[in-house]
Order: sequence, then C-alpha cells, then structure tokens
Amino acid sequence: MTTGRRSRYRIALIVLAILALLFAAFLVFAHRPAIAEIAPPTRADFSPRIIAHGADLARIGNCTSCHTAASGRSFAGGVRIATPFGTLYGTNITPDPSTGIGRWSQAAFDRAMHDGVARDGSHLYPAFPYDHFSSITDADLQALYAYLMTREPVRATPPANRLIPPLGYRPLLAGWKLLFFRPAAFRPAPEHDAQWNRGAYFAEGLAHCGGCHSPRGALGDEKRGRGYAGGWAEGWYAPPLNAASPAVRAWTAERLHTYLRTGLSTTHAAAAGPMGEVAQNLAQVPDADVRAIATYIAAGMTAAPAARHEPTLYDRKTVAAKAAPEGAALFAGACAACHEPGAPMMVAGRPPLAFGSQFHEHTPRDLIQTILKGVAPPVGPRGPYMPGFATTLSDAQVAQLVGYLQARYGSAQWHDVEKEVTKARKEGQP
Amino acid sequence: MIDLTVNGRTRRLDADPSTPLLYVLRDDLGLVAAKFGCGLGQCGACTVLVDDQPVFSCLTPIAALPGRAVTTIEGLGTAQHPGTVQKAFEIEQAAQCGYCIPGMMARAEGLLRRTTTPSEDEMRGAMSPSLCRCGTHMRILRAVRRAAAMRGGGVTDPAEPVA
Repeated sequence: MTTGRRSRYRIALIVLAILALLFAAFLVFAHRPAIAEIAPPTRADFSPRIIAHGADLARIGNCTSCHTAASGRSFAGGVRIATPFGTLYGTNITPDPSTGIGRWSQAAFDRAMHDGVARDGSHLYPAFPYDHFSSITDADLQALYAYLMTREPVRATPPANRLIPPLGYRPLLAGWKLLFFRPAAFRPAPEHDAQWNRGAYFAEGLAHCGGCHSPRGALGDEKRGRGYAGGWAEGWYAPPLNAASPAVRAWTAERLHTYLRTGLSTTHAAAAGPMGEVAQNLAQVPDADVRAIATYIAAGMTAAPAARHEPTLYDRKTVAAKAAPEGAALFAGACAACHEPGAPMMVAGRPPLAFGSQFHEHTPRDLIQTILKGVAPPVGPRGPYMPGFATTLSDAQVAQLVGYLQARYGSAQWHDVEKEVTKARKEGQP
Repeated sequence: MIDLTVNGRTRRLDADPSTPLLYVLRDDLGLVAAKFGCGLGQCGACTVLVDDQPVFSCLTPIAALPGRAVTTIEGLGTAQHPGTVQKAFEIEQAAQCGYCIPGMMARAEGLLRRTTTPSEDEMRGAMSPSLCRCGTHMRILRAVRRAAAMRGGGVTDPAEPVA
C-alpha cells in the first residue's frame, strides 16, 4: 500500500468514526425511557365528578376524530389519517391492557400528552397534536385520564402506518421536536378577561383549533407565527380565523357560539367536512366553555373585513346564467329545489348561499367538497343536511356548476377548477 | 335535444336540460319503478344507477347524463325473469308498502356491481341513504345478503346467515 492510499484510508476511518459517534450521540439524545406498566385502574379509582369532567374535555379535544373509526368502537382507533408524509392510523386509546393504554400510568399519559412520547419510550408523530396539548393543566390531564381509563376496553390493533422511508424510524422525531416543538404551559394574558383567557386555554391547547386553521411548513410544522391564517384538513380548506377571515358577515362571539353549538350559523353556513364533528362534540359540553372559545376566536377576527363592514350581496342570477349556461342548467336541476330563494328550505330559515365562506375563499376547494360530499347533520338529525353529488356529476360538470355559482354569488377569482375537482376527489378519501 | 341511454337503449329526448332524470323516466319513458319521495335527495325512493353508481334521480338534471348509462329497476329483469337482486328481495319478502324498494334495489345492485363480497358495514353504509318508513330494514338487509350469495359472493361478516 502506498503512503497516499494509507492516509486516505485513515481519513475515511476517522470520518466514519465521527459519523458513528454523532449517530450514537443522536440516539442518546433521542432516547426516552419506558415508564413501568401498571395494573389497569378500575372505575373505583376515580371520582364520578372527575370522570364527567374528563368526558367534557375529551369532546372539546375532539379525540374521536382520530381515535374512533366511522363504524368502529369508541376510542378503539384505526382511523386512517392521510398526511403529506404517508398514512397514519389513529391508535387505540381504550384501557385494553394489551392493545390500548390500559397499562399506562397517569405519568405515562401525561408524558404522551405533554411531550409526545408513548409509555414504551417511542416518540409519537405530531399528527397527535402534542404541540397544542403541552399547555393542558395537570388537573385536566387527570380528568382526561380518568375518563379514558373508565371507557370500555376494546381489543383492537390499528393497521400499521405506511410512511415515506425513513420516517417510520421514530427516533427521527426527536430531531423534528428539536426543530419545531416548543412545549409551554398556558400563561393567561392579564389584559384580557377570564372568559377570553379560558377560551384561549382551550383553543390553543386541548381544542387545537390551529391544527387545521393554521398553515403548516414543509415538515408538517404548524406556523405559529402565522397562527389561524388558514390551513388544510382532510382535503378541506380550513379558512383563516384572523384578520384575513373571508366571511362576508361578521363572526361575533354570539354568532360563533351558535355555530359551534348547533353546526349552523344563519349568517354564514352549516359546519361541513371535519368541522361537522367539532360542532357535534361542542354541542355536548358545558355552554360556558363553548362561549369562552367563541369569545377568544371571535376576538381574533375583529379586524376582518366583515367585522368592519358587511357588504351588500347581490344575486347575479341573470348574468351568471349567461356566463355559465351549462352550470345554470345543472343548478336548476340539482340545487334549485333547496337553494333557490323561495324553496321550502330557504323559507325555513337556512342561510342564502352567498353567506357561505366557501364562495369567498381564495380556493374553490370547500365549495367543491361541499358539492361532492354534501353536509351530514352535524348536531342531531334535524340539523342541516345536503346530499353529496359525487356520483351524480362528473369533474367537468362540478366545475361548470362551480363556475356558475362563482358568477352568481362569489367574490373570488378561481382558475383550473376542474383540476381542483379531480384533486378534491382524491384527497380526504375515508 | 338530449341523448339518454337508459337500460341499454339510447333515446333522443326533447326536454329542458335542467329536467331531473326522475321526471323524464316516469313521464316521458314510462319507467315508473323509481318513485318521487321528497324531491330533496333525503329519502332515496328515486335512486337509480348512473354508470353503476347510485344517484338521487330527483336531483340529477339530464344535462349531466350524455354519454353515461342509466339503469333502472326495469333494467334488472322482468316479473317472469327477475334479476338476482329482484329475486332476493322477493324471497325475503322485503317489501311492505314497497315505495322505497326500487331505490333500495338500485342501491343493492350498485353495491354488488362494485363487489359481491362486501362487509356488513360496507353493505349497511351503501344502503343507508335510502329510508324505509314501514321498517322492513332487517328484511331488506337479508335480501341484500342473499343477493350477494346468489351472485357467488356473500357478505364477509354477516350479522345473520343467509337462511
């Protein structure tokens, strides 16, 4: 071997050794110890009052959205969650000792909620919003724990996650946390009253409103600096809840409270898509908590255009029929029976289409999804309902209909609507 | 003029493009199996298949249909030669007043064209947009399970076996 070769060999060895050391250091950094298993607690271990409080909190946290499958048992997991990084499945959080969290202690539960680490020490994916949950008080975590541990245990293992390699390797999440995760306790803002602060505590923490309504970065990190600037959820656009709110009628605390409580605002629209489930849950919790959330969120929209001036809205029916005759024919046959002024539904007090934020957002996505999927009664069987038209109309026809609606009621400029329809059908599949 | 393909036959119709399919079927083509229920897409009595997918025909303008194949219950078989779904509904005596049954059969046919081995959940989900006010749901579900079996498949986890 020549001297040059030998020295190159030595340099390579040194580089490898450094890399190995760095990797070992990372593993040490990423390591979290397991927390010892316990014998599953029983109902007698918790007071009924605490369990009932936990039930309310679980609804405010909308836990079922990810942890109860459409036709599955409560909290038994298996909900498919599509992310830009692959598919995750909601876990079983019933107290089943082998497949659920039955052997988790309060400390293990608290660590999962506050730090995103499972009982066995593995890091949890941030689809589980521990970046919000980190501000939940210990007392509330005790109530949530009491509630979950007294649910019916269900033996069920969700399907394995399917993520883009190497994201299945959980220690990498320690790196994600280092970059983006800033756990912090809730600090009340002294300049605001108790109701606002209570709303802030819920909205920023347990209710994790920003999980859908805030934009995310390339690595799925929520852009806290642009909080509530609008985001995406299950193929739907979650509109901004700040000064950029596209609503054409002001979101006062009173109106927002009614919307969150009933799934319908007569000055806006019905809660559709993932928001339907939020309303369904909030309909069942103490009214004061919903009022607090409404107060806090509405305060964030006081600088929105509609808060200063509610524009006069015009029904441009004739113009739209000329601009989009195909769409006009589809509307007359498919939509008019309910949505034309004078239709029984409108006489019964449903909001006019033009009040819907779908017509004023920068993307036609929500209008498209509403047409494709319809609206399920969010709160009780008498709530707003609309059949979906996914099988009735082709992508081109949905686009024609959207073009007509845009011309008749809309205020935004949309392009390539048909492509957007094709995308909307694909995204957010159950 | 609009060309409409119903049960394999193409017909040229002189109708306003916004006319709901249901009225054309019943009033122009004499196919009266599909029923008018609510006119709002809530009850499912008007359900027919378009390209093998169930739609509420009361809310389907014919403008949406050129180039697509409409199937009504008349297209599934006749009284003398019933199709599998029709036969299964007859064996299980699924009808009481019968008003919802054509829509139910259209939904069942749509499901079984997609898969002859649905799960119980999948089957119930597929049938759920159609309502029955008499309450013969259990018989209707039995009929769908039977029809799946008659087609060489079967509901994978049936709530009750096909007798």
